[in-house]
Amino acid sequence: MSDTITVNGTARAIPDDPRVSLLDFLREHVGLTGTKKGCDHGQCGACTVIVNGVRINSCLTLAAMHDGDSVTTIEGLGTPEQPSALQTAFVERDGYQCGYCTPGQICSATAMLDEIAAGFASDASEDLQGPMAATPEEIRERMSGNLCRCGAYANIVAAIRDVAKEDAR
Amino acid sequence: MRPFDLQRPDSLTHAHQLVAPDSATAIAGGTNLLDLMKLQVETPERLVDVSRLGMTEIADTDDGGLRIGALATNTATANNARVRADYPVLARAILAGATQQLRNQATTGGNLCQRTRCYYFTNIDQPCNKREPGSGCGAIEGIAHLHAVLGTSTDCIATYPGDMAVALSALGAQVEIESEDGTARTVPVRDFHLLPGNTPWRDNVLETGDIITAVTLPAPVEGRQIYRKVRERSSYAFALVSVAAIVAMDGGTIARADLAFGGLAHKPWHDARLSDLLVGETPSPALFEKAADLLLEEARGYGENDFKIPLARRTLAAVLAQATETEL
Repeated sequence: MSDTITVNGTARAIPDDPRVSLLDFLREHVGLTGTKKGCDHGQCGACTVIVNGVRINSCLTLAAMHDGDSVTTIEGLGTPEQPSALQTAFVERDGYQCGYCTPGQICSATAMLDEIAAGFASDASEDLQGPMAATPEEIRERMSGNLCRCGAYANIVAAIRDVAKEDAR
Repeated sequence: MRPFDLQRPDSLTHAHQLVAPDSATAIAGGTNLLDLMKLQVETPERLVDVSRLGMTEIADTDDGGLRIGALATNTATANNARVRADYPVLARAILAGATQQLRNQATTGGNLCQRTRCYYFTNIDQPCNKREPGSGCGAIEGIAHLHAVLGTSTDCIATYPGDMAVALSALGAQVEIESEDGTARTVPVRDFHLLPGNTPWRDNVLETGDIITAVTLPAPVEGRQIYRKVRERSSYAFALVSVAAIVAMDGGTIARADLAFGGLAHKPWHDARLSDLLVGETPSPALFEKAADLLLEEARGYGENDFKIPLARRTLAAVLAQATETEL
């Protein structure tokens, strides 16, 4: 059994204390502070990361329960020189004010577009059988786990729409 | 968070042994448990990580039903092709709860065991008979906005917070439980959760050492399936009132009316008398009123939650009207 987590492609040793959340592991042990601690109770989504391709709240899971897993954080999605499509769109659309929720928003939106492509339904989907599309209503529902206290929602939805339209081409 | 040991069993049998002591707690998705541990509402000495014991399969049963493994995530269940096609009320209920991030982590078994969101339960500085037996109930004369109006006791007026189990109750699902000695038993979802009575610390029928292994749905039935959730914001909020309904018509009369309610009680509320009253009748606003009268016959508000009684009445009528295509 391995005792590491692969973070953005690099294997990292899991700390001994089982209390360490995946969030604290990323920030305090690996030193990747892009992932943010907002509420630490799964209510705000600032800590959203992608584990084995699936978005979760890193504050509500223990690092020790993820040995062998592969985690992608905001640092793994792009760099200032080579930003991801969503990172670029958030800049172009001004999808933030203070920026604290932004890494979680972008990790969440990255996985969300994959979920739509895979045909996952949401509470906003009129037909459970699809087809699923990144309409503003769908984006708002599917992103409801990511709060923005600055209220930049309109621009966040616009940024995600830009990338969803690009993907659809 | 208090210190604890984390143990990883390599089999279900091993897991039973590890969770047998009262000081141990099983953890799967952990979205509710870790939250409560941070608040020190839950203070297990040992966590038994059952998250990698398989039990994720969703498979057809011999009688045409569906068996959902205890560790199938809420996302996997809601998006399963058969759930979407044959049990849409379940898909809808799951999708109406929490957020995608939480549903991706939350499991079937864990969701059934999630604990109340009563503010007195989650605040260790407040009295709560569920968290600390004998300390009193802060909600009965306090902030009771989210609280129960049916099946309450003088010790506790908390609600069961989930959506999934409300749909499972309407569908007549069964919970498969394996006990410490390896024997399996099956409990109807309708009997799985308990009313608070004078033992409000008991949420459900699970005994020490028990582990939920699956939930089984009966073969699908004809009819329209609806999950209507009334809440204070349009996403990511607990139900004030919810109604899960499977309603079938035969000509102009109601042939089936399986109903369950969330937000009203310490368990998903199911009242078999409603089906008896509705089946064979011609749908009408007057009939829906009679159904609501019966449902809420013994309802009691606690001030802040008085609104739930008329809200439940109107939500039931709206769902029945939609299901039977009746004008209100």
